[in-house]
Amino acid sequence: MRQYPIPRLVTKLLLPLILLFALYVQFHGDYGPGGGFQAGVIFGAGFILYALIYGLDEARRILPPWLLRIGVSLGVLIYAGVGVAGLLLGGNYLDYGVLDSHDPVHGQHLGILLVELGVGITVSAVMVTIFYAFAGRGR
Amino acid sequence: MIDHLPALQVVIPLIAAPLSALFRPGRAVWLLAMAACGLSLLIAVLLLDQVLTQRVISYPMGSWPAPWGIEYRIDAANAFMLLIVSGIGTIVMAFARPIVEQRIRLPEYKQPWFYTAYLLCLTGLLGIVITGDAFNVFVFLEISSLSSYALIGLGRDRRALTASYQYLIMGTIGATFILISIGLLYVMTGTLNMMDLAERIPAVADTRTIRAAFAFLTIGVSLKLALFPLHLWLPNAYAYAPSAVTAFLAATATKVAVYVLLRFFFTIFGVDFSFGTMRLDLVLLPLALVGIFSASVVAIFQNNVKRMLAYSSVAQIGYMILGISLVSVTGVTAAISHLFNHALMKGALFMALGCISFRIGTVQLDRIAGVGRAMPWTMGAFVVGGLSLIGVPLTAGFVSKWYLIVGALEKGWWPVAVLVLVTSLLAVIYIWRVVETAYFKPAPEGRVVNEAPLALLIPAWTLALANLYFGLDTSLNAGVARTAAEMLLSVGH
Amino acid sequence: MQILGLYNYWIFIVLMMCGFYVVISRGNLVKKLVGLNIFQTSVFILYISMGKITGGTAPITVDQDVVYSNPIPHVLILTAIVVGIATTSLGLALVVRINEAYGTIEEDEIHAQSEEEAL
Repeated sequence: MRQYPIPRLVTKLLLPLILLFALYVQFHGDYGPGGGFQAGVIFGAGFILYALIYGLDEARRILPPWLLRIGVSLGVLIYAGVGVAGLLLGGNYLDYGVLDSHDPVHGQHLGILLVELGVGITVSAVMVTIFYAFAGRGR
Repeated sequence: MIDHLPALQVVIPLIAAPLSALFRPGRAVWLLAMAACGLSLLIAVLLLDQVLTQRVISYPMGSWPAPWGIEYRIDAANAFMLLIVSGIGTIVMAFARPIVEQRIRLPEYKQPWFYTAYLLCLTGLLGIVITGDAFNVFVFLEISSLSSYALIGLGRDRRALTASYQYLIMGTIGATFILISIGLLYVMTGTLNMMDLAERIPAVADTRTIRAAFAFLTIGVSLKLALFPLHLWLPNAYAYAPSAVTAFLAATATKVAVYVLLRFFFTIFGVDFSFGTMRLDLVLLPLALVGIFSASVVAIFQNNVKRMLAYSSVAQIGYMILGISLVSVTGVTAAISHLFNHALMKGALFMALGCISFRIGTVQLDRIAGVGRAMPWTMGAFVVGGLSLIGVPLTAGFVSKWYLIVGALEKGWWPVAVLVLVTSLLAVIYIWRVVETAYFKPAPEGRVVNEAPLALLIPAWTLALANLYFGLDTSLNAGVARTAAEMLLSVGH
Repeated sequence: MQILGLYNYWIFIVLMMCGFYVVISRGNLVKKLVGLNIFQTSVFILYISMGKITGGTAPITVDQDVVYSNPIPHVLILTAIVVGIATTSLGLALVVRINEAYGTIEEDEIHAQSEEEAL
């Protein structure tokens, strides 16, 4: 793709917007349409676009596979960890209400935000991992 | 913490799975996985103990009360299943380490992923069993299936890949059918909670939608549990998967699908609808009988011992379905008891085969000649498992066959009872073929085979001895199974 | 008119059968996966359309009382979509491995090779 300046330039312009939009979908998820799955996929798609235009090696330099490996695990651990935190604070598993001792509604917001963050991290890491696995095969 | 055992049952392997992906290959990751399995076995024992005194445990996930939120609901039937799944999961995990290090198609640095997939599969199976929410069953089913496709594909033989692919296609069709069924039930009742569904279905039972849902569910679950003639994925998948994976899946995955069948037919749709209106017994009975007979005959002609036992699994699943189609307390007791006994015997048999293939690299019948003298302990475990599979008295396999025959005679169906005896003789033939080759045929010239390492023998013998123990002390495999059967049959009324 | 009014179910059935047919009839492993994908996607339509209420809007909480569609099937099917992605990528990964091991992705050629191996 080195000889095509237009896709390279457009990608450079669009990429921050795509990632920003992913973050918007991620953190606005408890008020409007959105959430971890969608945000994770958008985030992952942004990186896949980058890898398509600038090459796999460049993408691997920015987002190395070991980091993705941690990301895949970390997201699930955040999810499960929020549930366990609920247990430790005296509620049932995944009971967000107890996360804030003063205001259960605030606890609910905090809980869903963290859980969706975990989902987002795992989904985006998995998406990019799948892309790397297929694109890197047979090279 | 004791109140939260139902959640921890699923959560502990779920947390251990991503954690083990972060480890380096070696002993530590295996210890972590082993600890997770051991803890979930401990929890299953505690839960079974609790259920036997207190009948039913209900656990609302996230404190959302039952019909709205996801409820984990444990009674005698699924507490028993939890024990089977986590017990086998623990023993096979103890067996798995040498297999993972030497016998699977994974570069060394990726070996921790095996434990991740294994633990995810365990999570899924435990989740299917413990949940009281119909949609949750689908989600956990897919978690366990996807990880088992990956595990099967790790076999060294390249045919493991095609076997895994075939299983993926069939399994996904089955799971999608289950999904359609749950959707149709939701359309008609507006609920996904199993207890709530059971209450609301009778009012709308006489509609085409519910009948369609019933049909989709039956086909979908039958694909998953490899009911004849939907069993075609099973022999290859079991034959070419790594032996630890085969032992785990053969002993748990199809059993859990049988449990799903029991739960949906008896608790959700109710006995009257499933067997009174829809007359499902008339479909299941012939399929079970043909399945038992044809799979046993095919097993006799197999030259790969793993494949032989895989066909035998199809036949054994037939026995379970036969028990269900009797629709009596004795019949269902036989089915549930056979879930447990078959897990013990197939676990022991496949682990013994794992020991053999660990040493000589194959389980082709003509290549294992003389193994009986070279590996006496391994073949000893195989023989014990084989006797139990045949259903010789004083082994666990006898208990469920006994109940099955009594159940058939109670109904006055003596041809069925005769057929059960005849097919047991077929089992004698195929087990004998292996025993004869291993003990009485001379070993090939110049082959030196050592006994399998203790790390493999101890788990195999644990299950082999369990086969003998539960043949004598039937309070667990027959007593609890009977409690579960009575509970399942009375809910519908 | 009742039959036409249930058009969403007709779409579901037609798509499901198309997908199912492709899975059964094609010998190419990738085409089979495409069929499987269509088959799964048809169920998404079943779920999503069953949650629709005539005149209902998106299920976002606003201050005034409005009719909105049932969000539960949408949430359920989000899970099924994720499952679908996982199945497809796992299936494709297996196809890549099969291609490396056998040098083909045609079912009958793979079968022929396996037969030879068994002999």
